[in-house]
Amino acid sequence: MNSPQAAVAGADLRVPDAAGHFGPYGGRYVAETLMPAILELEEAYHRIAADPQFQQELSRLLRDFAGRPTPLFAAERLTRHIGGAAIYLKREDLAHTGAHKINNTVGQALLARWMGKRKLIAETGAGQHGVATAAAAALFGMQCRIFMGEEDIRRQAPNVQRMQLLGAAVVPVASGNGTLKDAMNEAMRYWVEAVSDTFYVIGSVAGPHPYPMMVRDFQQIIGIETRRQMLALAGRLPDALIACVGGGSNAMGLFHPFIADPVELIGVEAAGSGIGTGRHAAALCAGSVGVLHGSKSYVLQDADGQIREAHSISAGLDYPGVGPEHALLKENRRARYVAVTDDEALHAFQALCRLEGIIPALESAHALAWAMQAAKQRPRQDLLVVNLSGRGDKDLGIAVPRLQELGQDRKEDRPT
Amino acid sequence: MNRIDATFARLARRNEKALVGFVTAGDPDVGRSLPVVTAMCTAGLDLLELGVPFSDPTADGPVIQRSSARALAAGVGLVQVLDMIAVLRRKTQIPMVVFSYYNPILAYGAAAFHRDARTAGADGLLVVDLPPEESAELTGRWPDNDLCLIRLTSPTTPPERMRRIASSASGFLYHVSQLGVTGGGGLRPEEIARQLHELRAVTRLPICVGFGISSPAQAAAVARIADGVVVGSAFERLIEEHLDRPDLPEILAGRVAELKRATLRPAPVGGS
Repeated sequence: MNSPQAAVAGADLRVPDAAGHFGPYGGRYVAETLMPAILELEEAYHRIAADPQFQQELSRLLRDFAGRPTPLFAAERLTRHIGGAAIYLKREDLAHTGAHKINNTVGQALLARWMGKRKLIAETGAGQHGVATAAAAALFGMQCRIFMGEEDIRRQAPNVQRMQLLGAAVVPVASGNGTLKDAMNEAMRYWVEAVSDTFYVIGSVAGPHPYPMMVRDFQQIIGIETRRQMLALAGRLPDALIACVGGGSNAMGLFHPFIADPVELIGVEAAGSGIGTGRHAAALCAGSVGVLHGSKSYVLQDADGQIREAHSISAGLDYPGVGPEHALLKENRRARYVAVTDDEALHAFQALCRLEGIIPALESAHALAWAMQAAKQRPRQDLLVVNLSGRGDKDLGIAVPRLQELGQDRKEDRPT
Repeated sequence: MNRIDATFARLARRNEKALVGFVTAGDPDVGRSLPVVTAMCTAGLDLLELGVPFSDPTADGPVIQRSSARALAAGVGLVQVLDMIAVLRRKTQIPMVVFSYYNPILAYGAAAFHRDARTAGADGLLVVDLPPEESAELTGRWPDNDLCLIRLTSPTTPPERMRRIASSASGFLYHVSQLGVTGGGGLRPEEIARQLHELRAVTRLPICVGFGISSPAQAAAVARIADGVVVGSAFERLIEEHLDRPDLPEILAGRVAELKRATLRPAPVGGS
């Protein structure tokens, strides 16, 4: 296992640079029409985020609207059941709209208001970012348009209704597989046309600079709270932080405040049907360096540089790219990236329901699945924090039938 | 002299404007695409932009998205596009520009692309999603300036940025006439004339205007104010509507001739 401290010594922690590069990753690979908007956003973000009044307003909204701080919960029954390291859950599922996404959308919507923009657009996969954007738009009385793939609309129907209730227009995207990548393509196309009065609320630490930096900054409240809460609960820092990685915003938000500490950082990607099957979404574990959606990072692609479709039971992880800062953390070995299959995530999903009375999002169940396996191998005094990035109510339509199938399989496997 | 520079010099001497045609290479497959493109070059195109199909064309509207998908389904990638250029180069001296998103070029390799594109007979490269801020990683690996890097400007580009873009461009400037993706409507020649006036103040490069030009009347209106008129989605729409016609090359050649004629008889600005 890497020594986190040794890795940190060699890593430049002041990323990104002025041009938005995280080492060789990141940058701004967008059409010329969008460049002035991105440069304007970067300038505005630096100026406005430095204003104490903005930070004060954001803190108040995170507390009174989003429900922060979220608890750090010692999962004692789960820990006893496994019989190894102690597992703590950072309860982002308890944040308003049911996931960590609200931290970022409140931040970006407030920034949009300070910039005088009255229209928000966003892409969404699982629908969590769409719901969180719609909620922030309603809060500020802004127009909101959410791009969502048709396949995701089918498998995350409850979130579509929530977005519509909150006053957002949900635009179905039919191209490609009708998932998150296609939604982002369509949001970018719309933005090129509407760029003069529309603020694009990107939901992950992906996209062109300044988004990976800005979304990280808005999400790092997760790690800041975790640090304080762990010190209060256990009197010391955790040994490892574990978070799922699609685009990577909940992971980056948890990791970032610990980047200079001797704490292991583990990002869990979606292995789908298994890395070997080719049907997965593990860009860091099994992809290569490329440019997608405005930044350079790891992507799933073929030898011609065509982006491959991702596959995961979890709509929020079903994306062939990943944020550029994760690519840097992989390269400088500050973080480790692993992958968990659909079935492993489903078992963890069920375990948390039964053992702790918490229904996790399928995305978060990936992080949990890896943590449960790791906890078995590690001593009881080790402290593992899993980012429970979202709640799973939206996933019942997928998870329940799949769990019944898995249960069936296991009965058939049983010797008679 | 590069074929692009030579072409604009020749057109200027004759007081003509360039008709620039964009076609997705290998749409619907290489076998049917080559005769179409050849016929278009013969019928009066002054410059050919060959689009490299890409899985995620975020700057393109539905027509070019579908053309890209057809070519990808036929197995066309950058390798096949360069092969097509080599075949075309044996038949024509028309300037050819590779029109691509960045990822296929990145996957191919900057130096390898430069070598193979030159060998095939390409004259320039336009990368939709590679602004000047990021392009050093590409051109820094090019051994010489034989391959023009065509740059884009848009209605959102402020004057000081125009200057920066123009100073690092060669061949010609491609001015995007309107906000939005390819294939949109609502061309506004007066607005474009104002934008070109600003651009002319910062560059002596020829300026071609694209996006939203499909009819001969629109081509004529733009030809009055720009050095070249780029037509793309309109050709792709025609290809899509006549995919199975054996006379597809003649259909496209007919449209090229019509558009070229229109650029020779420029209509007054704002005229119908």
